Formats: sequence, C-alpha cells, structure tokens
Amino acid sequence: MTLPPELNVMVKSLPFLWQGLLVTLQVSATVVVVALVLGVTLGVGLTYGPRWIAWPIRLFSDIIRGLPLLVLIFFVYYALPATGWSINNFWAALSALALFETAHVSEVARGAIQSIHPGQNEAGKAIGLTFVQRMLYVVLPQALRRFLPPWINTVVDTVKGSALVSLVGIVDLMLAIQQVIGRTFQPMPMYVLGAIMYFLINYTLSLASRRLEARFAYIRE
Amino acid sequence: MHTSGNSDAALLVKVRALSKSFGANQVLKGVDLDVRAGEVVSVIGASGSGKTTLLRCINVLETYDDGSIKVDGVEVGYRETNGDRRPRGERELARIRADIGMVFQLFNLFPHLTARENVMLGLRKVRGLRHAEARTVAEQWLVRVGLGDKLDSLPFEMSGGQQQRVGIARAVAMNPKVLLLDEITSALDPELVGEVLMVVHELAREGMTMILVTHEMTFARDVSSRVVFMDGGRVAVEGPPSEVFGAQPHERLRSFLARIELKGV
Repeated sequence: MTLPPELNVMVKSLPFLWQGLLVTLQVSATVVVVALVLGVTLGVGLTYGPRWIAWPIRLFSDIIRGLPLLVLIFFVYYALPATGWSINNFWAALSALALFETAHVSEVARGAIQSIHPGQNEAGKAIGLTFVQRMLYVVLPQALRRFLPPWINTVVDTVKGSALVSLVGIVDLMLAIQQVIGRTFQPMPMYVLGAIMYFLINYTLSLASRRLEARFAYIRE
Repeated sequence: MHTSGNSDAALLVKVRALSKSFGANQVLKGVDLDVRAGEVVSVIGASGSGKTTLLRCINVLETYDDGSIKVDGVEVGYRETNGDRRPRGERELARIRADIGMVFQLFNLFPHLTARENVMLGLRKVRGLRHAEARTVAEQWLVRVGLGDKLDSLPFEMSGGQQQRVGIARAVAMNPKVLLLDEITSALDPELVGEVLMVVHELAREGMTMILVTHEMTFARDVSSRVVFMDGGRVAVEGPPSEVFGAQPHERLRSFLARIELKGV
C-alpha cells in the first residue's frame, strides 16, 4: 500500500516529532509546577501580605503580565548575558516562561483567595489556627474550586506559549515541525499535524478541567 | 448555677480602659469589664455602641489601641516586657485564641467540611489530638447540641439553627476558658432561635464562662448573671439582670429598651 505523499511525510516524521513533543511536554510540565508553587505563594502574599510584601509582588506581576511572552524570552536570553548573567538557551527560555506563568497564576490565586469570605479566616483564628494552618485547611481548599478553571487556562497558555521557545533554538514540537518542513518542503501537512498535536494536549486539559470542577462542585457557601 | 457577684471566683477576663478607633471614629472609649469564672455576662446596647468590637478585641480579631485585656492573667493583644508593649505575633495569638472560644453571627462554618470535620479541625491541628480521639470528642459535642444525626452533613445541607449549633460545638469542643457569642441568633429565622438559645442555657448551667452580645432581651435576662449596657463606646450601666431590666433610672437605657420592646423583639 502506498500512502499519498502528504500522509507519507506525516507518518515518516512522527518519530522525530515525538522527540520534539517530549521537549514541549517537559518544558510545559516544569513551568506549570514552578508557576503553581510560586504563583500561589505570591497570590497569598498579594492578599494577606503587609505592604512591603504585597507591593513588590504587585509590581512584578503587573510588569511581567504587561510584556509579550516573546519579549520576555528574548530579554532573558539576550539581555541578561550582557549583565554578566549567562545561562544557556534552555534555561533562559524555561525561566522566562516560568516568570510569565507565575505572574498569571499569582493573579488567579489572588482572585480565588479574595473570593473567600473573611469570616472563614476569622473562624480559623478563633479556634487557634496559625496563618499557615488557616491557609492549608480553611482558605486554600475552598479557593481551589474558584482557582481551577482559570488555572487550567494558564496551563493551556503555557503549552501554547512553549512553542515560542523554538525561537531561541530549542527543538520542541514547533521547531521539530519546522525542521521537517525545511527538509521536505511540505509545510501544509506538517502544520496540520502540529496543530492536531497541540490541540489534543490542550483538549485533554480542558476535559480534565471539567472533571475537576465537577469534583469540587460540592463546596457551596 | 450562676456565680453571680461571687468575688471569690477567679477573675477570668479583665478589661481596663480599653479604647479602639477605626480611623477617626473612636468606637471604644475606655471600657472596663470584669468577668469571673462561671459568669454569664450579656452585653446589650444600640448598634454602634461598641459591643461587638469589644467582643472581637477580646480574642484579638480586632487590635486595640489603648488599655488592657487580660484573659486568665495574660494580656491578649500585646507582649509586655519591662513596660515595652509590642503586638503579639501570629503564633502567640493562635495559642491565646485557642483558649477563647467564639461563635459568630453568620456561623462561619467551614463549608467544605462536614459538621464533624468542622469540630475536629481545631482538635486535630491545634490541640494535637489523634484522628480517633478528635472524632470521638467532636461526635460527643455534636450529639450534645442535638445534631447526632447530622455528623456527616455539609453546612449547606443544614438549617441556620443547626449550623449555629455546629458553630457552638466547634467552639466549646476546644474547651475554652471563656466563650464569646456575637449576636448568634441575629441571622436566624425566629422559629430557629429557641433551639440555639437552649444550647447556650445548657452551657450556662454547666458553668461555662460566657460573654454574649445579644438583642434577645428575654434571653439576656434569663441566662445572664450580669448585664452590661453599652452606650457610645462606654459601659453605661452594669448589674444583675433584675436591676438593669428593672426600674431604670438611666435615660439612654430606658429609651433603648423601649425601642427594642416596640420592635417586639
């Protein structure tokens, strides 16, 4: 059986694209975890921190969210080495993406935490819970329901944004596709294949998001 | 029974010259209050008289500017070393608050936890009880407030009266030295008020020291060993219920009680 040339190039390139896909997933997963931990911490700081904590976080978040991701990646990759801070392209791109997503997650977390009635914190105080305990057992579990849907959006944004790391020479799914195109001169089938792969990742995330939301729907005020 | 006017009982709560401002608005203007072990003190007064703020200062949900609040001999809001006064840190406050129970007007149950888990949280994380012990204590208290059949219910599945009884169980399960009740029936439908007040009566009978802010005058008269009428950020009248609700020479108290009477409360 002979495949049409469009399908043939798709099938033949799959093992190579697989390597790129793994890099995309690896970059995305790392960024998601880092941004989750840092972002929630900053979100708590934004909501409950004294001015000297909240203010710098606000500044960081506003500046980072005000920049295009590509500018941030180029800034970390090209501008930082000029100050004597040399990092390779992988860590530069990863850091830039992580900073970008952290800023977004911090806003999502702030919104979710602020939606919790102040009486919840007071009730936690009244039984003698410390700040950390109130966060862990009272505020964050309730905020989770409001946090999840917009947070999954930031995860989807991370996967999509990770395509930009190809521009500093990291062979992720995007750059792998372009390299195949460079050799085969078959852009159309390759971009279709790439689009399908990105879509599948993100559609899976959306489905997971819906299931998670349903799971936490039992929390009602 | 009440230890009304019993000066031998230990002085549990001692408030002196307490003042507190919200911005330019001075809410408390030098409040003095003594509460002895086993006493039930009702604080009444018009809204804005500072009664809720007074209550919230006692477990430092509000900080206070001047004066002193001692619970069992310990200044609650400040650490004092050789005349130097500094606000207490988060951990010290948590330790102090663990011994001061509070029940809220809007219940403030944890909506993601069942009735049992609401009561267990403090026992587990603050008192350090094992899961099984905490569970037993929580269930005992919930049974005592008449909610033995609601152990696994989430707050939204319960009526206001039931939620408030969970709120009381959550507070008393911690075995507090004093229990603060902040207008605990104000958010309830009239027919649910009784079941909550009955629980408070029960606690009073067992000698629980309580300070309650309330608009239920009949209840205040029945349950209190002492009634404090606050007016304009000060204690205006103070005495046993028979005196405060009896022939009343104090003009503002008389008009306050008349207003309450008219509303049929």
